[in-house]
Amino acid sequence: MRMKLTGMLAGIGLALSSGTSVFAQELTIFWAEWDPANYLQELVNEYTAETGVTVRVETTPWADFQTKAFAEFNAHGDAYDLVVGDSQWLGAGSEGGHYVDLTEFFEEHKIAETFVPATVSAYAEYPKASGKYWAVPTEGDANGWAYRKDWFEDPEEMAAFKEKYGYDLDVPKDYKQLRDIAEFFHRPDEGRYGIALYTDNSYDGLIMGVEQTIFTYGGELGDYETFQVQEVTNSPENVEALEMYRELYEFTPPNWGKTFFLENNQAITEGLAAMSMNYFAFFPALANPATNPNADSTGYFVNPPGPTGAQHAALGGQGLSIVSYSQNQEEAFKFLEWFIQEDVQKKWAELGGYTCHAAVLESEEFRNATPFNEAFYQSMQIVKDFWAVPEYAELLTQMNNRVYPFVVGGEGTAKDALDGLAADWEETFKRYGRLK
Amino acid sequence: MTDVERNRVVTTVALERLDPRSRAAARGWSDLTIRNMFIIPTIVFLIVFNIFPLLYSLGYSFTDFRASVSAPANFVGLDNYQRLLSDPNIWRNFTVTAKYVIVSVGGQMIVGFGVALLLNRSFPFKGFVTTLLLLPMMMSMAVVGLFWKLLYDPSWGIINYALGLGRFDWLSNPDMALYAVAITDIWMWSPFVMLLSLAGLSAVPKHLYEAAAIDRASNWYTFTHITLPLVSPLLLIALIFRTMEAFKSFDLPFIMSGQPTTEVVAIRLYKMAFQEWQTGLSCALAYIMLIVVIAITNIYVKYLNRVKER
Repeated sequence: MRMKLTGMLAGIGLALSSGTSVFAQELTIFWAEWDPANYLQELVNEYTAETGVTVRVETTPWADFQTKAFAEFNAHGDAYDLVVGDSQWLGAGSEGGHYVDLTEFFEEHKIAETFVPATVSAYAEYPKASGKYWAVPTEGDANGWAYRKDWFEDPEEMAAFKEKYGYDLDVPKDYKQLRDIAEFFHRPDEGRYGIALYTDNSYDGLIMGVEQTIFTYGGELGDYETFQVQEVTNSPENVEALEMYRELYEFTPPNWGKTFFLENNQAITEGLAAMSMNYFAFFPALANPATNPNADSTGYFVNPPGPTGAQHAALGGQGLSIVSYSQNQEEAFKFLEWFIQEDVQKKWAELGGYTCHAAVLESEEFRNATPFNEAFYQSMQIVKDFWAVPEYAELLTQMNNRVYPFVVGGEGTAKDALDGLAADWEETFKRYGRLK
Repeated sequence: MTDVERNRVVTTVALERLDPRSRAAARGWSDLTIRNMFIIPTIVFLIVFNIFPLLYSLGYSFTDFRASVSAPANFVGLDNYQRLLSDPNIWRNFTVTAKYVIVSVGGQMIVGFGVALLLNRSFPFKGFVTTLLLLPMMMSMAVVGLFWKLLYDPSWGIINYALGLGRFDWLSNPDMALYAVAITDIWMWSPFVMLLSLAGLSAVPKHLYEAAAIDRASNWYTFTHITLPLVSPLLLIALIFRTMEAFKSFDLPFIMSGQPTTEVVAIRLYKMAFQEWQTGLSCALAYIMLIVVIAITNIYVKYLNRVKER
């Protein structure tokens, strides 16, 4: 009996002493609860089959995602080995010491060359243009548009539109046309509305819609290198863009004051709006006849250019980072090595993930795979993002506080809202020592 | 019965005849031990989960600590309090909260007490009707919020249909959103006021009403001189509970509306603490909220004592 007990204890001791090699047979990836997370789980099952290492994709609802991830980081917890984090988290993740530095890994595997440069800069690099990388671009995403092709191609509508505006009804070629089309289809008496926009101010919904318009009007949120915001955040271009967003809001369905991706997809599935802004990640539901009765008559287009010809799309999507408190970092690096391979990225795209791998993204096969992939490919070339500094959430709150009352409530002017925002941001950047 | 069993029965009977104190002593536990067995776990629980976090967060409120970064907390004195109290957005949040508390709690007191007056008589199925009226406060706040969002919908919501308001916008309208949320809160929590009021009304001695009837006192006179004074202590208790709860409201305004006009202090606190990770600053805001709630409660309690003395 004593011999048996000694043997068991020796076994346990051996297992414990070999540390990570025993327990690294399981990796946990944390992400938000949505379809791409399910696709990722399907993909990583293949890694398990190849290596024997179990990879589990743990999810939480979007509303809880940031809070739960950072609560774990702040506690230096090792519940997650990898996290598919938002692009805005890069500053907080790197400066806070929560993410493992992947710069050497990037150089060794030439990721900056094999992945689309815009996605590397957006999802991986912090500070911008520093050459320091913290995440592997995983789920590329951008803000695009869905529209009702059948409404646009109806001969009677086309004739009426031509008569009213003097040009053909088609996918908008600029923001003026976008506004005209929204106005044309806005018919509350018929239960039909012009456009569906993001207006949710609880996190980044409204901001993504507004910043996309600002970038497209040739404006900037601020100088991302010097943190100068006066005369940038409240520039005439930005004022004009914000006024346009407010004008477009007039053509949204009723009760459109707190809407995000779910409502904007419903605007198409319920036949409410002619055009709807949304991230490409949510378009598979629109292309599926089981979830969208109008799937066959739904088309997609890239965010149109602004008055100066500038054309940009708000960046969505996430990168895959190794959590610095993980006990399984060695295994996590092995997983990343597997994940960045071209054939794995191709499989990722086939499953429904939005790969950022340049060769896969540019392939005809990918671009023709769905009715929206071509628009996605084009959008990924013109993406721009919000501030990625650690205090980005404060900046989001301040922008929501300034912009929302003007867009949804019609309070004050666009100039007042942006002047106030520039003052708020200036004060914040000074407080954090980024601006003298 | 064996000798052992007989002895055990005799001992048990003898123990039962002793008074509880002696019984405990016979088992080897002193009164002090028994008292401590009940009190110590509670005190330990309170210290670990209430007092310690309270003091710890008080300490943080004087620092620039951010839980999202690994940097140590620096002592900043009263800077956080000064920054909060000079921030117009925070004052706007407090104004919104005050407006919400007045509308919501005022509505609950009127509706709850009114329904209690209607129920304070005999009629068929009184118990069943009372139980039905209590249902709203038994529901989850999140469910109620989502449910009322549908009711308020301008396109298909039943409220506009019933009131003939067409496509009136409740929750996206900055001027109406707070009232819409307050109406939901009134619907949910009036039954609580009703319950306490019913308890108060049933305790009013019947002979007072008989005496008033003999003196040919009007209904209004009877209400203002008998019913209201005798029920007011319980009404005040309802007022204290509801004010404290309404001041801390988070769920309904958060779920139902994103309007700045419905951003109560608790929502601002949540964003500050868990979205922006301004830990030190949010601790200071939590303490300001605590002080306000304690001050309001103290005023009520003093008034309640005065009413009781009358």
